[in-house]
Amino acid sequence: MAKYIVKRIVQAFFVVILIACITFFLMNMVPGGPFLSEKALSPEVLAAKEAKYGLDKPLLVQLKNYLLDLLKLDLGVSFKMQINRPVLTIIMEMFPVSCKLGAISLVWAILCGIPIGCLAAYYRGTWVDNVLRVFTTIGVSIPGFVVATVLLVIFGVKLSILPTMGLNSFGSYIMPVMALSLSPMCYVGRLTRSSMLDVINQEYIRTAKAKGLSTKVVIFKHALRNSLIPVLTYLGPLTANILTGGFVVETVFSIPGLGRYFVQSISNRDYPIIMGTTIFLASFVVFMTLIVDILYKVVDPRMDLSKEAN
Amino acid sequence: MDNTKLLDIDDLKVSFFTPAGEVKAVNGISYTLNKGQVIGIVGESGSGKSVEAYSIIGLLQSPGKVTGGKITFNGEDLLSYSEEQMEQFRGNKVSMIFQNPMTCLNPVYTVGNQLTEAYRCHRKEVKKEDAIKQAVKMLELVGINNPERRIKQYPHELSGGMRQRVMIAMALICSPQLLIADEPTTALDVTIQAQIIELIKQIQEKTGMAVIFITHNLGVVADICDKVIVMYAGKIVESASVEDIFYNPKHPYTLGLLRSMPKVNALDYERLIPIEGTPVDMLNLPSGCAFGPRCEKCMKICLRQAPPKVVISEDHEAYCWLLAKEAYEEEKNND
Amino acid sequence: MKKSKWSVIFPSLQPNIEKLFTDDSFNPATENEKENFIETKESVTYWQEAWRRFKANKVAMISLIIIAIIVIFAFIGPLFSPYDYSTQIRGSENLPPSWEHPFGTDGLGRDLLVRTMYGTRVSLIIGVVASLIVLVIGSIYGSISGYCGGKVDNVMMRIVELIYSIPDVLVVLLLTTALKEPLQSMFNSSSSDFIKGLATLGPSLFSIFIAFGLLYWVSNARIIRGQVIMLKQQEYVTAAKALGAKGSHIIKKHLLPNCVGQLIVTTCLQIPSAIFLESFLSFLGNGVSAPMTSLGSLASDALGGIYSYTYRLVIPSVLLSLLILTLNLVGDGLRDALDPKLKK
Repeated sequence: MAKYIVKRIVQAFFVVILIACITFFLMNMVPGGPFLSEKALSPEVLAAKEAKYGLDKPLLVQLKNYLLDLLKLDLGVSFKMQINRPVLTIIMEMFPVSCKLGAISLVWAILCGIPIGCLAAYYRGTWVDNVLRVFTTIGVSIPGFVVATVLLVIFGVKLSILPTMGLNSFGSYIMPVMALSLSPMCYVGRLTRSSMLDVINQEYIRTAKAKGLSTKVVIFKHALRNSLIPVLTYLGPLTANILTGGFVVETVFSIPGLGRYFVQSISNRDYPIIMGTTIFLASFVVFMTLIVDILYKVVDPRMDLSKEAN
Repeated sequence: MDNTKLLDIDDLKVSFFTPAGEVKAVNGISYTLNKGQVIGIVGESGSGKSVEAYSIIGLLQSPGKVTGGKITFNGEDLLSYSEEQMEQFRGNKVSMIFQNPMTCLNPVYTVGNQLTEAYRCHRKEVKKEDAIKQAVKMLELVGINNPERRIKQYPHELSGGMRQRVMIAMALICSPQLLIADEPTTALDVTIQAQIIELIKQIQEKTGMAVIFITHNLGVVADICDKVIVMYAGKIVESASVEDIFYNPKHPYTLGLLRSMPKVNALDYERLIPIEGTPVDMLNLPSGCAFGPRCEKCMKICLRQAPPKVVISEDHEAYCWLLAKEAYEEEKNND
Repeated sequence: MKKSKWSVIFPSLQPNIEKLFTDDSFNPATENEKENFIETKESVTYWQEAWRRFKANKVAMISLIIIAIIVIFAFIGPLFSPYDYSTQIRGSENLPPSWEHPFGTDGLGRDLLVRTMYGTRVSLIIGVVASLIVLVIGSIYGSISGYCGGKVDNVMMRIVELIYSIPDVLVVLLLTTALKEPLQSMFNSSSSDFIKGLATLGPSLFSIFIAFGLLYWVSNARIIRGQVIMLKQQEYVTAAKALGAKGSHIIKKHLLPNCVGQLIVTTCLQIPSAIFLESFLSFLGNGVSAPMTSLGSLASDALGGIYSYTYRLVIPSVLLSLLILTLNLVGDGLRDALDPKLKK
């Protein structure tokens, strides 16, 4: 187990490095490179910048320097949006807002999604199942920005019962959380339903029934735990989903989080922030996936993880 | 073996209602099982032998439904039981073991957890420690060594044979009056198969419970059963004592099964003779004898009318026109 | 004389038992009779059967019809409109819906009906092309990996795992941001008509295709690999091998035809996810370049006037959601129809 965890951490580390490399090379495709795209720099400033970022050196050396800085948690400084402030400081300032919103949405999506799936599976083939299926299919099909803007127009503008900007009150959380969690909630619901139906047809459920256990015990002890395993594996991608969904939702509802800031930095072409945020968010997702993988072992003893990691 | 009736099945009919139509998986079968008797039900896959067993224990999965007949256990009509009564009945009075021990135990709970759960759901007053003691005792009974350690293990840590032993221990933990074994050895290695059959036999002798042994292997039946029922396409084709089935088979299908079975003491030149053709399409069962098209002695009437029941001796019956013809001719000669 | 112990129980037959013996009832049946006995259902091919099942699925059929209508709207609709997606009509800016302009006009005086048609067209093209890219790369990679097995498979699957663990949307966003200018300058410097034609769609579109080509094929590759490994062990492949067939021949002739069902389903479900992703990028301002438009960028453009021109946001949003929903439903329907496991 410990061996597995170490291996997974090493693997995760390499993924982060890989992402950093991808980010670095992609950004170097921008004419002039990520650190120099402001036009009309005076020669002195240019030389100073070149010296600062080591841009006169070969690309691989630059990459090495960038990665070394990264290890020291130095993501460079912003050069447009908050000139010369360290990117990491900016991220640390913005991320808690996004994180809080994301965490609430995540919990909400799971808390609603799993019961929806269980209900649909329990009443499969009846109108309850059909209604829930229509709802979840629509839910996973509507893009997040559509949900966000429709909510904004209806509850924020036409009815004016919920605040349209920021995250200052309890009420202001309702719409962003709804917009952010609808699609994951529906996805979790569909996943739970299908895995529940899958598990119900397993032979060990038949064994449990043959023992004379009541339906309640069969469903809650034998079926639920097994059918939640696929839902657990979805938690990693779910985190990524909610983070990227946050870009749109934070933009629509003017929430001062990292997502909106990231979107702004893209349109402002503030490359150090784009690079830093990408690496930061990607690492966060990789870290979450790591945690989920380890949790998986606890829930499903069949998974011989040490073997799989070989 | 005493001769009181334990289980009486009368004209049982089970159908599966699929989108493509009604599949009559069990099409009117009747037999009785006495206390302590071991009965073998033999047939190819799809002959309805498992479905019949599932309807006894009330585990038919939708779209399967009992459409007719009666199942009486100890004088009580099982089909009239409510779901709660059925839960009390299952695992307590009648237990079942299944074909594939690899998938029949829940992978996320320990062996001990699953054993004690089976015990305590019928013995509500039993304390946890006592249930564990009982579980250990049962594991010892089914020949698992080191049971104290085994009950803390997960199913995937055990071998197939061991898991089947655990399944048996779980089925027997409440000392049921009837054990239904649904092809309990099919998924196992040959050497382990023999061990498991021997185990069931021993426990049966020790406890005196009745056993319904479902299999497609006549060899297994010879070892353990008192009485054999041969099924084909949802119907009984022949039922007899185990001696009669092996030494005096009457139905062409039983004959075919015996000829397709390897014998240990066979002469070199004896060949196995397979039964030609494939089983019938259960969706549109023909009106005549379902085995007709595969039968080498098939007559015109076999394809037109269902064969009658021919009683050969007290506990030997077969459904075949050939026998009817013979019997009729004999009777006519006698006159 | 031997006394029969047998008693025949067929009371219902007693009256006509004599008759049975006088006619040919107890004569052996011929082979022909035996064969006719079992009514053989008319044999239907896999595809006929699949189509029958698909047709029986009302939801999928209705979705298919809606998709057809949307496709006609997107590809044939613009022919009947006097306006063009890029023409700015002076003096008719910000018009509300009317007979002249059923969806109104935007702030630059462009007819929104035509723009919506073009936007739908672009979204559809992106969906289909991206899925095809994913299909081709995924199938080739997956079948090679599954077919070779051993070390090759191991290394190839490690790569898949690595790509799988990269948060895709972030990289796509990065890619579209980074490639915008290099691609733009490539388009500008090129004199070829073909590339100029492509340039109307803008660099972001290509970034999306590149992103799909780089990242999204992995799940497809996994499915194909699983199928290939399963099929590889079946006898006809062994037979083909024994006859000396080459690897590539086996993949083409024996393995891929058997994966076709699953390939169709995954590709079909990829289309809505590509449209989804494009609309996400467009909404964040990284989508197709003006004056070309897509459903996502139409919605994004409308965001500024959300208070006064709500319908501008609603129309593309509804169309987009409807498109993704119906494509998903058709994909689900296809899966149900093509999955042999659910047969019967």
